[in-house]
Amino acid sequence: MTTSDNPFTTALALIAGMDPVLLGIVALSLQVSLTAVLIASLLALPLGAALALWRFPGRGVIIVTLNALMGLPPVVAGLTVYLLLSRAGPLGQFGLLFTPTAMVIAQVILILPIIAALTRQQIEELHGEYHDQLRSLGVSRPRMMPTLLWDARFSLLTVVLAGFGRASAEVGAVMIVGGNIDGVTRVMTTAIVLETSKGNLPLALGLGLVLLGLVLLVNAVAHLVGETARRRLG
Amino acid sequence: MNDLRLPATAASEIPPLTFEAVAVSHRGQRLLGPLDLRLAGCRRTLVMGPNGAGKSLLLRLAHGLLAPGAGRVRWEGGAPRQAMVFQRPVLLRRTALENLTYALAVDGTPRGQRRPRAREALERFGLAALEKRPARVLSGGEQQRLALARAWLTRPEALFLDEPTAALDPAAIRAVEAAVLDFHRRGTRVVMTTHDLNQARRLADDVVLLFGGRLIEHTPAERFFAQPRTPEGQAFLRGELVW
Repeated sequence: MTTSDNPFTTALALIAGMDPVLLGIVALSLQVSLTAVLIASLLALPLGAALALWRFPGRGVIIVTLNALMGLPPVVAGLTVYLLLSRAGPLGQFGLLFTPTAMVIAQVILILPIIAALTRQQIEELHGEYHDQLRSLGVSRPRMMPTLLWDARFSLLTVVLAGFGRASAEVGAVMIVGGNIDGVTRVMTTAIVLETSKGNLPLALGLGLVLLGLVLLVNAVAHLVGETARRRLG
Repeated sequence: MNDLRLPATAASEIPPLTFEAVAVSHRGQRLLGPLDLRLAGCRRTLVMGPNGAGKSLLLRLAHGLLAPGAGRVRWEGGAPRQAMVFQRPVLLRRTALENLTYALAVDGTPRGQRRPRAREALERFGLAALEKRPARVLSGGEQQRLALARAWLTRPEALFLDEPTAALDPAAIRAVEAAVLDFHRRGTRVVMTTHDLNQARRLADDVVLLFGGRLIEHTPAERFFAQPRTPEGQAFLRGELVW
């Protein structure tokens, strides 16, 4: 890593030159966060839809808990997963601590409440609109679930992207359970923290720019999808 | 289309629908009833009355979307196949064709038959060219015709329409009225609310007049429009019933 007078120029050079260290870190970040989003979505979309469609005792408690967990501090999520996965912990035997799998678990815990809570809101709103018509057609409640999830697909994509944004940008949880091991569990956010404290500003800045670009891209896609859907589907 | 042929006996087999001392209240305020009403045979019943008279409530009760607070709504001999068309059509965020195949899928139609039958219905309602268009960007009249096509596919014995033409232009109103007559010709009992006296004259076999949640009268159309039995009915025809 060459140090020039201007860390910003060096950062751009690193990105433009496809620096292998930088690329490796970006790739692992994407792999961890995308896996976490996939798993969280598979669980949270049906969960949110079910919460919107069924009334049962304890439903209110679950909704309030999910809403509260949307603001769960990443370090607390990290600490919880750390305690579960550490040698002495209940899941210690699997030896998952300081692996990408541990990071995926921590991020799933972070974003599952977000996706589930926002899904519930979206589906509940749509259900309010569709309710009479679907009942008139004789649609059963279990059947309403895939119907509503599909018809809310565009707003739900925005929800999932919000989860991805949160997963890829957080640092506390992956730092604790991943350990920021070079080439194994070092992702963009943890690398930025480390390189900054080491004074290697170009790499930190380069990673920061990539992360910023990624977040921008995700939001641009979310916006475009929303606009297109509104225009095309009404 | 051969859809129009139905066994001659079918009409008389539609189970009568009875309201027995039915009442609906909300927060202690009586919105409807108590009222008794019996709808039998294959007739076109037009439910009339000013805003807030309880017309929509009556239809939602009849269709089973709402449970009465008191009394009961009963189909003598079991509920028949039925459908409802709303004032603002509720269409899925899918294409026109998919809206119809969805209704067929819910109804248990085998996969292979859904598209042909849906296309047939689109054609019948003059929507064939629009099958790939997202349903919700269609015009108001097209949307209502699509809602009617969807109801048509479920072959209802009873069809409820809640002010289906309230937001439509004259051409679209004519299309809806023609569809209503088609349903009836196929052997469907039609129960429809409207504000439009002329529409009621065109379509009604009998008239149910509601006012302030009470049933004022239930009279054959020719008698109602010639000489209503009640002072309220006479005032309503003169356009003098206080809205």
